[in-house]
Amino acid sequence: MDPTPATTRIAQFDVCYTQFLDPQGRARGELPGFAADADEMRDMYRWLALTRAFDKKAVALQRTGRLGTYAACLGQEAIGVAIGKALRPEDIFMPAYREYAAQFLRGVPMQNILLYWGGDERGMAYPEGTPAHHDFPLSVPIGTHVPQAVGVAYAVRLRKQPRVVLASCGDGATSKGDFAEAVSSAKLWNLPLVFLVNNNQWAISVPRERQTGAQTLAQKAFAGGLPGEQVDGNDMIAVRHVLERAVERARAGGGPSLVEAITYRLHDHTTADDARRYRSEDEVKAAWERCPIKRLKAWLEGRSWWTDADEERLQAEGAARAEAAAQAFLTTPPEPPQAIFDHLYERLPSQFEWQREEVKSAGPKGDC
Amino acid sequence: MANLAIIEAINLALHSEMARDPDVVVLGEDIGRNGGVFRATLGLLDTFGPERVIDTPLAETLVAAMSIGLSTQGIRPVAEVQFSGFLYPCVDQVVNHATRLRNRTRGRMSCPLVIRSPNWGGIHAPEHHSEALETTFAHMPGLRVVCPSNPARAYGLLLAAIRDPDPVIFLEPTRCYRLFKAPVEDNGAALPLDTAFVEREGGDITLVSWGATMHETRLAADALAEQGIAAEVIDVATLKPLDMDTILESVAKTGRCVIVQEAPRAGGWASEIAANIAEHGLLSLFAPVMRASGYDTIMPLARSEKVYIPDVARILREVRKVFEIAPKN
Repeated sequence: MDPTPATTRIAQFDVCYTQFLDPQGRARGELPGFAADADEMRDMYRWLALTRAFDKKAVALQRTGRLGTYAACLGQEAIGVAIGKALRPEDIFMPAYREYAAQFLRGVPMQNILLYWGGDERGMAYPEGTPAHHDFPLSVPIGTHVPQAVGVAYAVRLRKQPRVVLASCGDGATSKGDFAEAVSSAKLWNLPLVFLVNNNQWAISVPRERQTGAQTLAQKAFAGGLPGEQVDGNDMIAVRHVLERAVERARAGGGPSLVEAITYRLHDHTTADDARRYRSEDEVKAAWERCPIKRLKAWLEGRSWWTDADEERLQAEGAARAEAAAQAFLTTPPEPPQAIFDHLYERLPSQFEWQREEVKSAGPKGDC
Repeated sequence: MANLAIIEAINLALHSEMARDPDVVVLGEDIGRNGGVFRATLGLLDTFGPERVIDTPLAETLVAAMSIGLSTQGIRPVAEVQFSGFLYPCVDQVVNHATRLRNRTRGRMSCPLVIRSPNWGGIHAPEHHSEALETTFAHMPGLRVVCPSNPARAYGLLLAAIRDPDPVIFLEPTRCYRLFKAPVEDNGAALPLDTAFVEREGGDITLVSWGATMHETRLAADALAEQGIAAEVIDVATLKPLDMDTILESVAKTGRCVIVQEAPRAGGWASEIAANIAEHGLLSLFAPVMRASGYDTIMPLARSEKVYIPDVARILREVRKVFEIAPKN
C-alpha cells in the first residue's frame, strides 16, 4: 500500500530462511558451534542413517504383509534428528507421525513404532526411565494435538518448570483451525512452546501451493505475534541450529515461536498410497538431490570425518538394529483380549465388567 | 447449611475444590473478570488469581485442547463452554484424544478433565443456545457424562467430576439454574459418578429422567399423586456409566416405566435405557416402556421451544398410555 498522509505503517514482517550446507554439502558462511564437534556430527549422521534403515525395514515388512499401513519418513530424517538433539530430556515432545528419529533419540525403541503401525497400542507405551515416557504418542488426526501443546506449555509455566514443549505437524495441518487457534493463542501467556512445521510439500496428493495462498507457512506465526522463520529441513546443521535457538529462547522466557522446516516427502504418503498418481517422477528425482543424508555425508567426508569403513560399519549397524526391531515386533504376542477394557478408565466401571468377562472367556481372536 | 440455587451450588463447588486442591484450574470464555455468562465462576478470579482462572480466547477447540494438555501434566482443568451448542468444536478433541489417551498409551498418560456446559432449552435464548448434547457424548467410550438436576447433586457431582481420574462431560440444566433453592452443605463430599438417585418412592410407575426435564418429571409425579398414582422418580444423574441396577430394581417393583428426555427421540439415551429394561426387566413389565421426549426436529427458536420441550402434559400422556394397557389394580 502506498503511504498517504492518512496511512501509517504500523507493523512489518520478514521471513528469514537459513541454510548452512548446500545440497552438495558445501558450507555457506560460518557454521554454528556444534559443527566443530566431530563426534557430535558423526552421531547425528549415525541417527540419520539408522532412521533410514528402520524406515526401509518398516516398508519392507508392510510390503510382505507383516505390518499394517506405515507412514514413511524417507527424506525427512534430519528434522527428527534435529528435534531429538535440540530438546533436553525433561522437555516434552508432541509429534505428528513422521518424526521417528526424534522419538528414537528420546528413547522410543524401534519396535514400538512397528507395534503401533502393526496395530498394537503398546507401541505407544514408551518405556519408563526415558524422556519419551513423558512425551505424547504419535497423532494421526491432523494437527489436533497442536492446540493441546498450549495446555501442556501452560502447565509447565504454571509450575515454573524450565521445560520446553515442542509440537510438530505437517504442512497440511497449517490449514486447520486447530493449528490457527494454537498459534494465535500461545503468545498470550508467553508460553515455552515451539511449533515445528515439517513442510514436506505434500499432504497426500495436495501440494503445498494448494494448501494456502500464503508465500510461506512460517508467516502464519506473525498472526499470533510469534517469531516465524524458515529453515532448510534437509540441512542437518541448519535445522538443528534453528530449532535449538527456538527451544532455548523459549526456555529463557522469550516465548513461543514457529519454525517451518522445508523438506520433501520422498516416499508415498503411506504404504497405502501411490504418489505416481499425482506427482512427476522428475520432481521426486530432483528432490533426491537434496537428500539430507547424502548432504551431511558429503560434508563429513570433505572434512575427513567419515570413511568408507565407517559407512560400512554404520550400514551394518542400521540393518542389524532394524532387523532386531522387526524380530522383537514379530515375536511380541498380542495382548489378552480383555486388554481392550483395561485402560478405558483408571478403574473400569462395574457396568462394563460383563463385557470384559465376555471377551475374556471368548478367548483370543487377534490375527497378529 | 445454605439454601442455594443450582448455579450457586456449582459456584460453591468450584470455590471449595479450588481451595482444597491447588492443581485445579478453571478456563473458558468470559469466566474470569466476567464470572461466566451465567456467573458460575463468580469470584474465582479474585480469590485464586489469573494463573488458575484462565480467560481464554474465543476458541472452543482450544478450550478443549488446552484442557487435555493441562490434564496430561497433572493439572485438573475445569473448562466452561458457554452453551452446549458450542461444544461441537470440542467433540474432535474429546473423542479423538481425551477419551483415548489413557487407552492409547496403555495407562502411561491420562486426561482427568471436566468440561462443563449449560445444556437444554427453555430460557428463550438465541439460536444454538438450547441444544441437548448428552447423547452425543454418552455414546463415546471412555467418558463419564454427568447431568445434575438439583443443587446438592450439582455440588456433589461436580466435586466428584473434578476428582475423577478420567474425562467428564458435565451438562448443567440451564433453565433450572435459578429455578429453585435447596439446602447444600459445603462439606467437600463428592457423590458417586456411577449411581442413579431414587428421589421419590412410589409403587405404581417408574419415571426416569435427568438434567432439566427432572423438573417436569417431578411436576408430573405431583400431578399423578393427586390422581392417586404413586410414581417412583429416578434421576439418572450419570448417563455414562449408566446405573441400570437402580432403574431395574424400581421397574421390578412398579412394572411400569416412562422415560423423559429432552433430546431428539431417535437414538437418545431413553432408547438405551428402554433397551436395557427390555433385555433385563421385560418380565416384570405390565406394559411397554414409553418415552416422553423431544421430537426428531431441529431445536426450534425461542417462540416455538415449548412446542419441542417435553412438558408435564406430554409426560402424563405417556403415563396414561401405560395405564390404559396395564390399569392399576
